[in-house]
This record gives sequence, structure tokens and C-alpha cells, in this order.
Amino acid sequence: MSSEPKSVNDANMPPLVSMRGIDKIFFGSYANKGVDFNLKRGEVHALLGENGAGKTTLMNVLSGIYAPDAGTISIDGRDVSFRSPRDAIASGIGMVHQHFMLIPALSVWENMLLGMGGIPFVMKKHEIVARIKELSKRYALSVDPEAYVWTLSIGEQQRVEILKMLYRGTKVLILDEPTSVLTPQETRDFFVTLRVMTEAGHGVILISHKIDEILSISDRLSILRKGEHIGTVNASGVTRETVAEMMVGRVLRPIKRPDSERHGPTILSCARLSARNDRGALSLSGVSFDLAASEILGVAGVVGNGQGELCEVLTGLRSLDSGEITLKGDNVSLCTPREFIRRGVSYIPVDRKGMGLVPNMNLKENAALKRYWKKPASVKKIFLDWEYIAGLTGELVARYAIQADSLASPVRVLSGGNIQKLMLARELSEAPSVILAMHPVWGLDVGAAEFVHERILEERERGAGIMLISEDLDELMELSDRIIVMSRGKIMGTVRRPRDATKEEIGLMMAGESMEATR
Amino acid sequence: MTKWRLEPRASSSIFFSAAITSASLCAALVAGGVLMTLMKVNPLVSYSEILRGALGSGYGFSETLVKAIPITLTGLACLFSFKMMIWNIGAEGQLVMGALASAAVVRYFYFDSHVAMFILMFAASAISGGVWGAIPGFLKGRWAVNEIIATLMLNYIALYTMDFMLYGAWKDPMSMGFPMTAPFPDSARLWRFGNTRVHAGIVIAVIVSFLAWIVMRWTQWGFEIRVIGESQRAARYFGMSIMRNILLVMFVSGAIAGICGFGEVAGLQGRLSRGFAVGYGFTGVIVAWLARLNPLAVPLVAFLMGILLVGGDTLQVVMALPLSSVQMIQGMILFSILGGELFSKYRLRRVGAAGRSDVPTEGAV
Repeated sequence: MSSEPKSVNDANMPPLVSMRGIDKIFFGSYANKGVDFNLKRGEVHALLGENGAGKTTLMNVLSGIYAPDAGTISIDGRDVSFRSPRDAIASGIGMVHQHFMLIPALSVWENMLLGMGGIPFVMKKHEIVARIKELSKRYALSVDPEAYVWTLSIGEQQRVEILKMLYRGTKVLILDEPTSVLTPQETRDFFVTLRVMTEAGHGVILISHKIDEILSISDRLSILRKGEHIGTVNASGVTRETVAEMMVGRVLRPIKRPDSERHGPTILSCARLSARNDRGALSLSGVSFDLAASEILGVAGVVGNGQGELCEVLTGLRSLDSGEITLKGDNVSLCTPREFIRRGVSYIPVDRKGMGLVPNMNLKENAALKRYWKKPASVKKIFLDWEYIAGLTGELVARYAIQADSLASPVRVLSGGNIQKLMLARELSEAPSVILAMHPVWGLDVGAAEFVHERILEERERGAGIMLISEDLDELMELSDRIIVMSRGKIMGTVRRPRDATKEEIGLMMAGESMEATR
Repeated sequence: MTKWRLEPRASSSIFFSAAITSASLCAALVAGGVLMTLMKVNPLVSYSEILRGALGSGYGFSETLVKAIPITLTGLACLFSFKMMIWNIGAEGQLVMGALASAAVVRYFYFDSHVAMFILMFAASAISGGVWGAIPGFLKGRWAVNEIIATLMLNYIALYTMDFMLYGAWKDPMSMGFPMTAPFPDSARLWRFGNTRVHAGIVIAVIVSFLAWIVMRWTQWGFEIRVIGESQRAARYFGMSIMRNILLVMFVSGAIAGICGFGEVAGLQGRLSRGFAVGYGFTGVIVAWLARLNPLAVPLVAFLMGILLVGGDTLQVVMALPLSSVQMIQGMILFSILGGELFSKYRLRRVGAAGRSDVPTEGAV
């Protein structure tokens, strides 16, 4: 679906953005090393790379957040040197971050004024609203300018962010992982907007790791690996496999999922679970499902549709409004988190550093966190046997090939992959009967993600019941025995044969359409 | 255009933090010296007077120890709650409650036995200080009431309760109108070293420091306290009870402060009198920080603090400085030391067009 260079691109015109030989060094190591990048008018240019490849760093340099240690940037053929993000905004560069920079308590039109270099003393609301309406019509970005941001869905908030950039007169729009918060259908609408923008002569840079999506929308791709520019190719001329190989530097192993259909007995059974989120709104309503031993149950859904609350309810961290949880025949609806841990429910939360591990504590302390109250780590229910814990940690570190200088170094200095391995090692080391894995490969490089997937499949073979929560449909369809789809705290339907289903079907359910796909 | 900006340090070595501490100590002495010069006294002479007064004689040394006892205990009281990131600044009130309970035992449950009185007074002061600490703990655990405000306000309730008793029912008829109780009988006094004012509280302080170290380093409970201090969210995920730990820690914190009150009235004063605490509860906050929340460092820091206090008294007498100016100098020195702590966690970088430096944001590299 890639297109030829459009009329807005004259061969003699300088590129919209040209970055040459960009170096950026953090604590003595290169986050970017001699990176060249250029963006033409009217193109969607994807920046691909694994986590830690330097994509975001490069774009932070372009948007004035970081100053490069070497290299030059020119916009429209003129050399520029940004002292702050404000300079970059003035040159027409706008970045939409993964985490939106909106003030929830303000309305859409008020948010437009933020970051514009001084808010006028008298805000001419009518003019602003009229301009927003005009922009949203031209770029197919429907948003109510008067609405408060906190009332908007994530997809709508993203539109507000893009409108904010257009309102400022942005010529170059940088989008960091924009589709991770969208349903497949919303993603399609979003791509339409991107096309309107490029036809108007804007340039769009997409940061992503989802190769399929990128190939369908981009004109050109630039691939980074370990801070270096590997190459720039036309999207029409490459296959998924070549791009993946450029990203990772080797051929990918496909996931070897055993095709066995054997399931054990039902191990976890949820009946009409309802619960509220921290703000008191109903975020789970009437959720019922069963999980069998040796089964991977995928949970699909856009982030924030009750998946987090479901995990918390199933680990005792959040109390139920109503409903019943049965674990191996016992009613555990009122159990404490400690009781869930005792009964073999393991939880791999998405927030590794804020919840799953204690970053300022060392490897031994972190390894002990789920068993420090039990023999043999605990002596007489009072003291801790640090010698035993050190031995245990050493074993886990060896078995999971965790790279760390010493068992006494704080966990925060480990890389993302090693952090996840350590948490996995702790959570899986006691043969849990139920495993709740929330975005277990989020932010990991391909090698580490493969490792995590293999471990999850091993646990399935061993006989654990696994709930896999992910926003990546490819991952879910590849690994799951069944998929349930959540939207606004409800289960919209079950996909019984994930490998025969289409993303369209699942996408409709993610958007809130109830259906029972039975294929 | 250049600006200065604070940035978090990637790491700091032991050597480095020792260097920072000595540098800020020097800065503190210089700052105090400037103040002394402005008051027209010679800083070098003054500093040597402080050291001579606090350490130069047997009497001075024993007086420094006398001051270090209560400061060690209130420092440990604060340390327990600070480890869990609970900001108990009510050690002053908890100390007063402990002292009140000790005096009540002497008044209403007196036995003519050293052992019985020690046990009774020790237990009563620990329990009443503990309960005084557990009240804000409960409020925090149950309704998330800000513990800083609650503990601070409870200080005043405790202090005025003491006033109420000292001006009323418990006032010694022989005191010629001064707000104090009658002297405690001998069996209600703590044992003292020779003819100094150093009392058995010093043994209690050392034991409590050591116990606190064991708890934090070697026990399940200390482990829970440290994890909760790092992240309550994580602690809940690991199955720790936040409510139980807040209550327990605030009780223990208050109990240590209460025992400190017992030591002061039974060891030092020999009666309950108004103003016996002179802000030890607040000094404890500073001591806990300066000791970097290390229980074994608390007695050492408390001893240094004792030098400053006793030396300050000497300064008043020898250099004829008014009390308030001595306290200004003390404040100046403490301020510089605490300010220096900033540089062990952050560094100053010049920010400008030429020499910009960036710190990677989460997940940016």
C-alpha cells in the first residue's frame, strides 16, 4: 500500500528533516552512534528497532529534549540547533509521546494552549474553538473542543494530542508507538488521518516495533539496532522477515507451540465478578470464565478495559463487589493477597519496577520477596536465613541466565530483560498452579521475549493454568488455547480457535461489540 | 545563557559520601564561624571552647553522654518510622506521655523495690508512648490521615496534658509554685554511674540501637518495614499487611520515645518537671537523617549532637554569648550538614547551549 513520492516532493527540494551523524552518549555508552535520518515532505517514515535500539533517543534529539553530542540537524535545508523543546516546536516539530501530555482537568481547547510559549491574558475561546473545529474536520479527527480531557477515551485523547500539534503549526509529527492504545478499527481510522496529513505536505515519523502495521502504512522505513542506523528501505520493496532480521540482527525463531489440545481439570473458576477501580467506578462487571490446567487463556483488550482490575481481584489485591472466585474447589473470594500466594497463584504484573520488584533492593532481597515468611528462608517465623536466600538466588540467576555483577547489587541497575527474568524466576520457581501474566514481554528485546514465551509454554506443559493478558493480538493468537476479549470491564466474547480467528473479529469485540465467535 | 541544574547522581561510592560529609562539615564550621565573627567573638577560640567544654574534662564528657542518651533514643524512635517512610515527628509528645506514665506509676502504684519500680515504670512508659504513636498510625492506616500533621498536633496535647497535671493535681506543695512533681523516692530512680549524672538509660540506649539493627537487618519484620518503605504497592503485592505494619511501627516508635521519657525523669531529673524534654523529640528527626537511617550510627551522631549542646552551654558562659545566638550557631551548623546531604544524591551541572547534559528518561535509551 506504499505510494510513490508525491507531487509535493520536488527532487530539488531539500528534505523536510535531515539528521546527520547524530551521537548521543549516556553514562559513557552510545544511545545513538553516527545516526543519519532524513524525512521527505508528504511521507510516513517509520523508525523501527528493538527496545533500547535508540529510536526514542533519536526523536528526543529531534524534538529538542536532548542535545546531541555530535552531528547536525537541518529543517527545510537550514541548519538548526535546539536549546529546548520550545525551539523545536517553533521550527514545526511536534512529538506525541506514548504517555499523553494532557491536563485531564482542563477542556480540549484549553489544552491546545499549553506549551505554546505563554498563555494569552485574554483567551479568545471562540477563535480557538473555531480553529479546532476546522482542523478536526480537515484531518478527520473528530473531537468535541468543549469536552474535558478526563471524559475522553484513550483514542480520543490521542486525537487531541495530534490536534494540539496541528494547532501549533507542526510540519513534522513524531508519534511514539501510537497504535498500542488503539483497537484494530481505530488504528484504521488513525491511518486515514495520517494519509490526509501527508497529502497536505506534512511529514510523519512513526516509532514502532509492530512490523506488519508499519509495512501497511509507511512509505519508507529506517531501522536502528543498538544505537546505530542499519538501513533505510522502501516499504514496498521489503518483506516482514527481512525487516525483522534487520531489527534483530539474526533470523527469528518462530514460536514452537505444542499443538496438544490436552487440558486438565478446571483449576480456576470465576463467576460474575464485579469490582470497582480506585476512583470508585465499576471496572469489572459480571465477568465469568474458567481456566483449566495446561491451558493458556489469552485476554485481549485495549489497555485499561478492566484487565488490571481482573488480575488484582484474582490475587486478592482488590476486593470484589460481587461474584465468586473458586480456586481448586475452594471459594477464595475473600482471601488476602498472602493467601492467594500460598495457594499457588503467581502474578507477573506489568509494572515491574513499581510493583513486581523493589528496584533499590538487591537481587537476594528481591528473590526472597515471595517466600521470606516460609521455611527455609524464615527461621522460627522471626529471622531470615540470608545464607539460604543467597544460595537460592544464585541458583535462579544461573538457571535463568540473569546477568548481574553481584547478588548484592540493586535490581535497578539491571537491564529490562534481566529484570523481567528475575521476576519470572521468582514467580515460577515454586511450581505455581495459576499464572497471571500481564504484558510479560512488553518492552523486552526479541531475545528476551522469546525466552519469556518459551518459559510460559513450559509452564503450560507442566500443568499450570495460565492467563496471558496482552494488547498484542499476534502474541495472543500465537500462544493461546482460547482468547477472551474484554471491553469496558465486560467479556465481549470468546475465541475458541485463536489460530483460525481474524483480527477483525477480535477487534470488533475489543471495540465493545458483543459476539460469540465460536470457530 | 547558562543555568545551573540539579541532576540525580547515577551512583555514589562510600569514598564519595565520606568526602561529601567532611566537606559539608567544613562548610558548617565556616558558616558558624562567619556568624561568630559577626557577633565579634573569635571563631577558633569558640570552637576550641566547645570541644574543651564537651570533651575536655571528665565532667564535660559525662554531660555530653547525658545529652546523648535521650537523643539516641528519640533518633531511634524516628528511625523506625522513617524506614517505612512514615513521618513520625511526634517523638516529643510520645516522650512526654512516657514521662507522664512513669510519674503516674510513682504516684499511684509505688512499691519500695527497685526491680518492681523499674519494670512497672519501663512498661508503663513504653505502652503509653506506644499508644500515643499508634493513634496517628491507626488514623493513617484506616483513613489515610496525614501522619505529619497528626503526630505534630498530638505533641501539643501531650505537652499541655503535662502542664495540666503539673499546675494542678500533681504539683509538689513544697516546690514554691514551680510546675514540678515531688521528687521520686530512691527506689523509683535509675542507677547512676559514680557521682556523674550519667544514668542507666545509656545501657538502654545502646541495647535499643543494637536491637534496632538486628530487627532491620535480620528479621522478617524489618524486611517488611524496608519493603513497605520502598513501595507500598509492591508490599501489598507481596502479601504484606500495610495496616498491621503501620500500627506496629508507630507503636514501637512511640514506645522507644516513651522509654526515653522514662529515662529522663527517673534517671536524670528525679521528678517530672515542666520543660524536661527541651526538644529532644525534634532533635531525633535530625539525628535519624544524619545517621542515614542506620541504627548503629544513631548513637554516634547523638554523641556529636551532645558535644554541640554541651559546648553551646560552655560558649554561653565563657564567651558570654546569649542563649539565642548559641542556638543560631547550632542551627547554622546543622543546616550546613543537612544541606550537604543534597550533594550525595544530586550533582550540579551547568546547563547552557554549549554544555548541555541530559539524563535519559525512563525507557529512553
